[in-house]
Amino acid sequence: MTEIKRVCVVGAGAIGSLFAGHLGALREIEMTVLTRRQQHARALNQHGLEVSGKAKLHAPVLASTDPADLGDVQLVIMATKTTAVEASARRLQGHFADAAVMMVQNGLGCETLVRAMGDWPIISGLTFMSGIRQSDTHVEYELDTPTWIGPWHRQSDRPGFAFIKQVEELIAAAGLVCEAYRDLRPVQWSKLIFNSAVNAIGAVTDLPHVPAFAKRDRLEDLGHLVHAMMAEGVAIARAHGIELSSDPWAMNCKAVSQGASHEGDEYAHVTSMLNDVRNKNDTEVDWITGSLVRAAAEVGVPAPYHETLYRLVKGLEASWQQRKD
Amino acid sequence: MKVCIVGCGAIGSLFAAHLGRLDDVEVWAYDPYQAHVDAINAQGLRLTGESDFVAAINARSNAAQIPPCEFGIIASKTLHTRAAMEATAAVFADGAVCSVQNGVGSEEIIAEYVPRVIMGTTFPAGHITAPGVCNHDTGGLTTIGPFAAKPASLEECERLAEALTRGGQQTVAVADPRGAMWTKVIFNCASNGIGALTRLPHGIACDQVRDVMGSVAEEGISVARKLGITLEKDPQAMIDYGREVAYRHKPSMLQDIEARRPTEIDSLNGGIARIGEQIGVPCPLNHAVARMVKAVEFSWTLDD
Repeated sequence: MTEIKRVCVVGAGAIGSLFAGHLGALREIEMTVLTRRQQHARALNQHGLEVSGKAKLHAPVLASTDPADLGDVQLVIMATKTTAVEASARRLQGHFADAAVMMVQNGLGCETLVRAMGDWPIISGLTFMSGIRQSDTHVEYELDTPTWIGPWHRQSDRPGFAFIKQVEELIAAAGLVCEAYRDLRPVQWSKLIFNSAVNAIGAVTDLPHVPAFAKRDRLEDLGHLVHAMMAEGVAIARAHGIELSSDPWAMNCKAVSQGASHEGDEYAHVTSMLNDVRNKNDTEVDWITGSLVRAAAEVGVPAPYHETLYRLVKGLEASWQQRKD
Repeated sequence: MKVCIVGCGAIGSLFAAHLGRLDDVEVWAYDPYQAHVDAINAQGLRLTGESDFVAAINARSNAAQIPPCEFGIIASKTLHTRAAMEATAAVFADGAVCSVQNGVGSEEIIAEYVPRVIMGTTFPAGHITAPGVCNHDTGGLTTIGPFAAKPASLEECERLAEALTRGGQQTVAVADPRGAMWTKVIFNCASNGIGALTRLPHGIACDQVRDVMGSVAEEGISVARKLGITLEKDPQAMIDYGREVAYRHKPSMLQDIEARRPTEIDSLNGGIARIGEQIGVPCPLNHAVARMVKAVEFSWTLDD
């Protein structure tokens, strides 16, 4: 089996920098970073990458805007947002022939964008860790929550589970939390169904994830909608033959009840999609709620809530594009 | 004939001013906005825009100063219907009272306070530009008729319609006013509810999410059908017509959301969904829209 000696992180935002900073600090790994900006690559080559917060690390890295400058690698970690995966994968075309590509995006389906650009074995994945990008060469490690990886179900024999276990061990050795699953979909879909409802409804209502999302006392309470949308997601999963690892509604109730344990400071997570809406950035809705709409269509399951919320978020995106005209 | 307008905002002002032009109608107006009341009493109520005249109106912010009236026209926001009726019920102790408000549910509240109720649906629009001044933005038809659960007579409705039409506010009286009302409500649920959530003007919302607007309207059409109501027009065709004539118009609920004012959602999508629940017609999308607009209102109470 191929031994992982050189790794390339594509996209050095917060998540990409956390991977590069941790893996690059391992003596046995040569870390490379593919950046979008020349200036970013120059800064990384000059200063390396600093990690603060939950870990204190410094990693030397080789960075460039051109994959040809980075040499061969055995593992590519695709760490861009879903909205940038296609363009990033295009830049990899014809490079890294011996590498497997590991995904960590929200939602479903980014693997197909990578596959369209090359024949690399693909590892599916998603990550819950979070960081704050302080500068081009400094990331603060905020939440040490896990990264989950597993075979891409459309082609589960490549790269093979032994290699995926090797990736898991490598990431764990670097000090990050990583779990490899033989079938990723039960955990992936549980989180996706949860995220789809909480992100899309939060985006449309300008509401952080607060206890109102779990309230079902009166007819007008928002929890009814959240519950109905999650039930629809569960039905889509079931039609795909996926046994969920956790009940998304229970995840929702648990998340919003966390407030009680923090004195006075109510849990009110501003979801990534709401954050995008507030900053008038394109959201990841095509890959989150949109991916469930497509998954429902594939198996002929009606999905009116997902369709409606998907279309409303797209309408919302149009509202600020309209203003820019 | 004595008529009292309750809630003298834009719509109330259009009704008050047109009736106020008639020699045989004495018009009173009740509104809590003191500067508006004072300006009307000092200089009369002025309409600009589509109309251009001044009418003599007796405006009061204290309903106890208003004499008994034969007719009432309730034009407050639906949120304030109950408070308005609490204040003015004595004025209409023997009156026929007509709602020209948006949405469903106002007539039921009014019926708790007065002996005879008229259901009204109105299309003219305007906005208050200064105390005592209302710009008449667009004209349009008003349809009124007996509210079945506690009806005024059709003859009474015809008298009120005749006076309004003579004053320049074109109004028809019909035996079953529900068709006109539900046609407008269903249109508004699609245009206002979806406009509020996407923050899109009507025409652009049609370009982006016409299918969602159509599904929301279709639920309302099913509720109306189950209630045995014959719609006056096809709400789907109205949505498309609205795109042609009011492409950049921001529905009032979107204006409310942008200004962080409480919306009329309970009378629109929330009202349709509630009635659907009662008569066994599922309205999942209207419920969804109502719950999300309520959540938007709730989001204003969080400090962040």
